[in-house]
Amino acid sequence: MVSEGGNFCEKSKRNFGKIPPRPSVEVVWTWLADVPDPEIPVVSVVDMGIVRAVDWDDDTLKVTVTPTYSGCPATSVIAMDIETALRDRGIANVALKTQIAPPWTTDWLSDAAHDKLRAYGIAPPSPAGGPTACPHCGSANVSRVSQFGSTPCKAQWRCESCLEPFDFFKCI
Amino acid sequence: MSGNTNASLFEFLLRQGDNTLVLGQRLSEWCGHGPVLEEDIALANIALDLVGQTQLWLALACEVEGTGRSADDLAMLRDVWDFRNLLLVEQPNRDFGMTILRQFLFDQWHLLQLHALAESSEDRVAAIATKAEREVRYHVERSSEAVIALGDGTEESHGRMQGALDRLTPYIGEMFEADAVDAALVRDGVAPEPARLKPAYDSAVAAVLSEATLSMPSVPVAQTGGRSGKRHTEHLGHMLTQMQWLQRAYPGAEW
Repeated sequence: MVSEGGNFCEKSKRNFGKIPPRPSVEVVWTWLADVPDPEIPVVSVVDMGIVRAVDWDDDTLKVTVTPTYSGCPATSVIAMDIETALRDRGIANVALKTQIAPPWTTDWLSDAAHDKLRAYGIAPPSPAGGPTACPHCGSANVSRVSQFGSTPCKAQWRCESCLEPFDFFKCI
Repeated sequence: MSGNTNASLFEFLLRQGDNTLVLGQRLSEWCGHGPVLEEDIALANIALDLVGQTQLWLALACEVEGTGRSADDLAMLRDVWDFRNLLLVEQPNRDFGMTILRQFLFDQWHLLQLHALAESSEDRVAAIATKAEREVRYHVERSSEAVIALGDGTEESHGRMQGALDRLTPYIGEMFEADAVDAALVRDGVAPEPARLKPAYDSAVAAVLSEATLSMPSVPVAQTGGRSGKRHTEHLGHMLTQMQWLQRAYPGAEW
């Protein structure tokens, strides 16, 4: 930090005179944990496992992200939201890197994400290939409407007990 | 990499990206016209996956080519004779049954091909294939179920599905043909020999068709020329006029 200080200040002056301290990557992770997924705002981009790495490279903050589905339209919005959130915290130089290998998998969803999804009315992914219970009433008597739903990552299911339709976050 | 190998890889990547682009565009034509809402959504979702995969394949093609062209340039500014997709995927949607059958014939091959490409000696190809394969598993599952439901459905749906199969079967053979590009890729371990996928394809397709009470017609000659770029069907040009008109009329326009 000290050795880089001079260089950092020079560059910061060009960025409208802001001289923010360089936060630790741990702090940056907590910031990113506040960036909601644009399609499912109840979970963050960190909960989703989309943010894979955060590193400092000199005075540039490098954030590595892995897109969910190849064609997910949220991907570019997520990149923009991450960049905006970091700039709002005073990070002048942000470099986003997209990494497709290893491919994103629902295994990367955090335990917290599973609970948040359920509370939001979306059945979390399950290894059985289908939801274990209706996220509304908890009944196990559920049936599939369609393997494709409102976003690339979700399927449409229906509860035969409370008769409510619901989204299932499908395994990939 | 030698220039020759690079040229073969570029050609291969065009074939990959053009298959998914053209089929993705075809499926997009259904958006808002599906027979029921769930099917409309499913077709649009599969189109989205395919167009997403196109971005990966064509971006890599541009990287390999190294002349500064972008994936968008390749998609929007090339003419019919530059496209390298299979003739199957450019066939018009016609009715829902024809669309589903075309999808089924492609999906079964696509899954097998991606599975093999996941072991490619070219890491960037393997990465895209590994990612795409997970998405395509859902495509195969759905199109197979739909073929069975419609084939073994009413007299009307059965007749239409058999008609679709009779019409599209001549386009299957092109998936397994090979040329100098394939030979170079096989030699370098980049891609599998196309014919190697045929036994698994035939048995997977036969299993679904039998459950769907459909019979595969015998076709003496396969229609080919799409993946080599020698001869597309008349349908591709009409599709491109729709897909490319904005970029052609307003060069450099951005969203």
